[in-house]
Amino acid sequence: MADPNSLLAEALQAIEGSSDEKSLESLRVHYLGKKGTLTALLKSLGQLPPEERPEAGERINIAKQQVQQAIETRKTSLVEESLSAQLSSEAIDVTLPGRRQSQGGLHPITITIDRITSIFETSGYDVAEGPEIEDDYHNFEALNIPSHHPARAMHDTFYVSPGTVLRTHTSPVQVRVMEGGEPPFRMICPGRVYRCDSDLTHTPMFHQVEGLLIDEGVSFADLKGTVIDFLHAYFEQDMPVRFRPSYFPFTEPSAEVDMGCVSCAGKGCRICGHTGWLEVMGCGMVHPRVLDMSNIDSTKFNGFAFGMGVERLAMLRYGVGDLRTYFENDLRFLQQFN
Amino acid sequence: MIFSEQWLREWVSPNLETQELVDELTMAGLEVDGSSPVAREFQGIVVGLVEAVEPHPDADKLSLCSVSDGTESFQVVCGAPNVRAGLKVPFAKLNAKIIESTDAKPFKIKKAKIRGVESNGMLCSSEELGLEEKSDGLLELPEQAEVGMDVRDYLQLDDMSIELDLTPNRGDCLGMIGLAREVGVIGRQDVKPLEFTPATESIADKIEIKITAKDACPRYLGRVIRNINLNSESPLWMQEKLRRCGLRSIDPVVDVTNFVLMELGQPMHAFDLAKLEGHIDVRLATKGEKLELLDGKEVELTPGTLLITDAKKPVAMAGIMGGMATSVSDQTQDVFLECAFFAPLDIAGKARAYGMHTDASHRYERGVDYQLQQTAMERATQLLLDICGGEAGPITSAVGNLPEPVEVALKYGSIKNLLGIEMEQAEVKDILGRLGFDLASDDGETLMVSVPSFRFDVTIEADLIEELARIYGYNKLPQTGGLGNQSLASKPESHIELSQIRQQLVALGYQEVVTYSFIEPSLADTLFPDQPGVALQNPISADMAVMRSSILPGLISTLKYNENRQQDRIRIFESGLVFKQKGNDIEQTPMLAGLISGNKMPVNWSNNKEISDFFDVKGDIEALLSMGLESDRYNFAPTNYACFHSGQCASLSKDGEIIGHIGALHPALQRKLGITANCYLFELELSPLQLRKLPAASALSRFPEVSRDLAILIDSDYSSGEILSNVRDNAGEYLTELRIFDVYQGDGVEKGKKSVALGLTWQHPSRTLSEDDVNKIISNCVNGLQDKFNANLRN
Repeated sequence: MADPNSLLAEALQAIEGSSDEKSLESLRVHYLGKKGTLTALLKSLGQLPPEERPEAGERINIAKQQVQQAIETRKTSLVEESLSAQLSSEAIDVTLPGRRQSQGGLHPITITIDRITSIFETSGYDVAEGPEIEDDYHNFEALNIPSHHPARAMHDTFYVSPGTVLRTHTSPVQVRVMEGGEPPFRMICPGRVYRCDSDLTHTPMFHQVEGLLIDEGVSFADLKGTVIDFLHAYFEQDMPVRFRPSYFPFTEPSAEVDMGCVSCAGKGCRICGHTGWLEVMGCGMVHPRVLDMSNIDSTKFNGFAFGMGVERLAMLRYGVGDLRTYFENDLRFLQQFN
Repeated sequence: MIFSEQWLREWVSPNLETQELVDELTMAGLEVDGSSPVAREFQGIVVGLVEAVEPHPDADKLSLCSVSDGTESFQVVCGAPNVRAGLKVPFAKLNAKIIESTDAKPFKIKKAKIRGVESNGMLCSSEELGLEEKSDGLLELPEQAEVGMDVRDYLQLDDMSIELDLTPNRGDCLGMIGLAREVGVIGRQDVKPLEFTPATESIADKIEIKITAKDACPRYLGRVIRNINLNSESPLWMQEKLRRCGLRSIDPVVDVTNFVLMELGQPMHAFDLAKLEGHIDVRLATKGEKLELLDGKEVELTPGTLLITDAKKPVAMAGIMGGMATSVSDQTQDVFLECAFFAPLDIAGKARAYGMHTDASHRYERGVDYQLQQTAMERATQLLLDICGGEAGPITSAVGNLPEPVEVALKYGSIKNLLGIEMEQAEVKDILGRLGFDLASDDGETLMVSVPSFRFDVTIEADLIEELARIYGYNKLPQTGGLGNQSLASKPESHIELSQIRQQLVALGYQEVVTYSFIEPSLADTLFPDQPGVALQNPISADMAVMRSSILPGLISTLKYNENRQQDRIRIFESGLVFKQKGNDIEQTPMLAGLISGNKMPVNWSNNKEISDFFDVKGDIEALLSMGLESDRYNFAPTNYACFHSGQCASLSKDGEIIGHIGALHPALQRKLGITANCYLFELELSPLQLRKLPAASALSRFPEVSRDLAILIDSDYSSGEILSNVRDNAGEYLTELRIFDVYQGDGVEKGKKSVALGLTWQHPSRTLSEDDVNKIISNCVNGLQDKFNANLRN
């Protein structure tokens, strides 16, 4: 009968020298498997005299346990070694940039209109849109600007045909809404407008947002409150706001709105022409004739209207210097807003 | 309009500094555009008397002058051609300070030697004082100027020219008299009345006046003045007043009419009496009539143009410009002065229609005081006779249909309603009274006022309240919340907001652009030859002459613009209206369009340089369609359309109705337009995309899914769309998913055929599908493909 101790010593050495889980497993089979050498020893116990069997059996069992133990230990360390090799081989440079689609973005005009719209929507204003090629009636007549009115000279109008124009303001949308509904109305109309004028401070197409509120018992004080609250909300600043008497055929009284310059806080700078004030809006109480023409009883209802240039607000808010850059669509310019 | 502050203060002078006055005017609705001093800030220049002039010994063009400042005489070298003994001129003494141009620093006059001769000072032109942009020769001061007096004081140069940007309703402020009235109200001060002694009639000569166009010409006054001396010069005070109002002195007749224009706001005209034939008739032009105007242009008159004619011919375009043939020249001895009121509606737009704009038309179309003509005629006569001598005939006048006087009722209660403040009745009456309104009656509740003849903009109560508000001060009015009657608003869930669609595109890497709605006609033609655009009658330039019938030309121009700036990866979109002529109507449809070009993804370190193609843009559109939760209502079909590549273009339809197109730009057009990279476009109607189905949830099946793959060989002409729809028809009601996961042509596949691999998945709601069930369905599908397309299972 072979000596369990020498078999044990041989096994322990082999286990220590095994380099992977697979060879370790074959060592387990070789020593401890059904046909393994240590298992065979145990089976050959019967050949010994009965009085020697207990002691020999115990020695063999101890050897088996030691081999089992050594295999487990070796296995644990082999798993650890391979895991650590995997980890180091799979290490990456996490500072490389991620992979993704490029970042798209909205045009600053849209960003501005959305911002204006959301401020008014939270106060219950609806958004209305209308045609950009308008008839003379909706663009002028219904707004108390008959043909030959000197105010028509203030609108350099594009004509598609006599009697058909590119709308010079978004006010015709208000007329269309009033014609088709019943007061009260509370709405804003954003959109493209067109005037035949092109220089450093004018583009032949630009954007306006106009607002209209028609209800019972509306006063100029309500108009002032609304305009001031809006400007404060839009610019997130409580700058001073002043109202200057002005003239629009569709409102009476009419006013231009100036706000304290957001760039110099009213001290005077290049942006405000060293006056400390920026002209930002026109507004007024809707002329009774405009209501009458849209079949609204001007003895019962009245209201106010206001209008602002989107490009101008965006310029003041985001520091855009040149009006024309809005329509050149240079991606490097647009991507500054993404 | 530009006016002199000093002149205004002759009428009314509230205790306000210039800047305060400017601010008050602006805040009362007469917006001041700017103000500038009427002369530069020179010092030490006095009225000098040229006592003697001798030639300079060494220079032909220079003179040696002896100039007195009233106490001493100085030797001064002068180069001006008009220097002569006895002349009074501005004399800059030693140490005087002169500023040579608006932004220059002052320089000091020093003793100098000019060509060897000592010069102790300088004689000045009006240019050197900053009175004029350019002048030749010395400024000649009147004989009665007091020698030695500071020129600033003598010419009263401490004055400002103030420029007003008047709104078109305030024609009444286009003269000093109206402006003074406003300032009188602002400062609550009385305005000095206009005072002068009318000239006496000394001759009986007159011209008969007839008004045929009685609506267009409600009043016409004329007067003959004989034997005027046109060689006389307008007095310096008048020249200065005109200059400070932005008008150049021309000759006494023009200066006097301009002076009355500025003083009273009344345009006037002078004809050369010798050139008028017979009576004056004010009538409308008839077809074919022509008139050569004062500026030398001959115009063909359109019927409806109001004319002044004599017995033979048109002599002036009424209210706009006089005619050349009857104009005053240096030969003129006798003049016929015209002072009229023409109705605003008949002048408005006329000048513009002829491409003209004059001081007269500017005032007439806004409205001139129709009660002012007599006064203005007397004033002009008096001034003209003072300057040029002559004898005045009687004033003849004719009247057409004068405007009806307007009365307006003002309820005191309305002030509170419209402005939110109570106003003292006394204050109301004071303000309106000072503005020239006559208070007709007042019962304590309602005030009746009659509107003065110079206010054409006041017809209703709100107009009066605006007058009160602007004088009271807009900024003193209260402010309130003012949101009206509020109620909860409903937002339909079946509507997808444009902003959500935009956000989806942004998430897909698209940059929004905003391009002009008007485009270049030739580009529109090249891209969409079958869609005539809507042309503008008065485009701002040739490359912005038609309204877009598609957004794509704008996107393609944007692509080019950016390609030229080294941007080679482009994903852009725009939404907006497009315009198409449909018979007599113009259709305006909201569209959404996009363009991609260049790499699928931004280039990065892992070397992914795949170029975008048709399926990238199609995938993006599918993402938009999926927002509506009804992708199965849409269908892509191959088509050939406009500027698209004939082999890479699909129409998109919803319920069988075409709503847009996607595809590659036609390679020939790409070459023609000089675009480097392939680009893929889409343009879709917006409204169908904005509808969403409300989600309707159903219970999930607890039974397992079964999947099978199917590979077929089929003629390559059949589209995937056709194959999928055929399979779907035969795959039974429990089909939950059907997709193509491979399309292959090439080695191992017969030419003209393609191999298509399909993946099918089923699930039954209440039991497990058996092998048999699935085999039956598969064999249905295979038979269907065989019958319809002669397709075979691939081995």
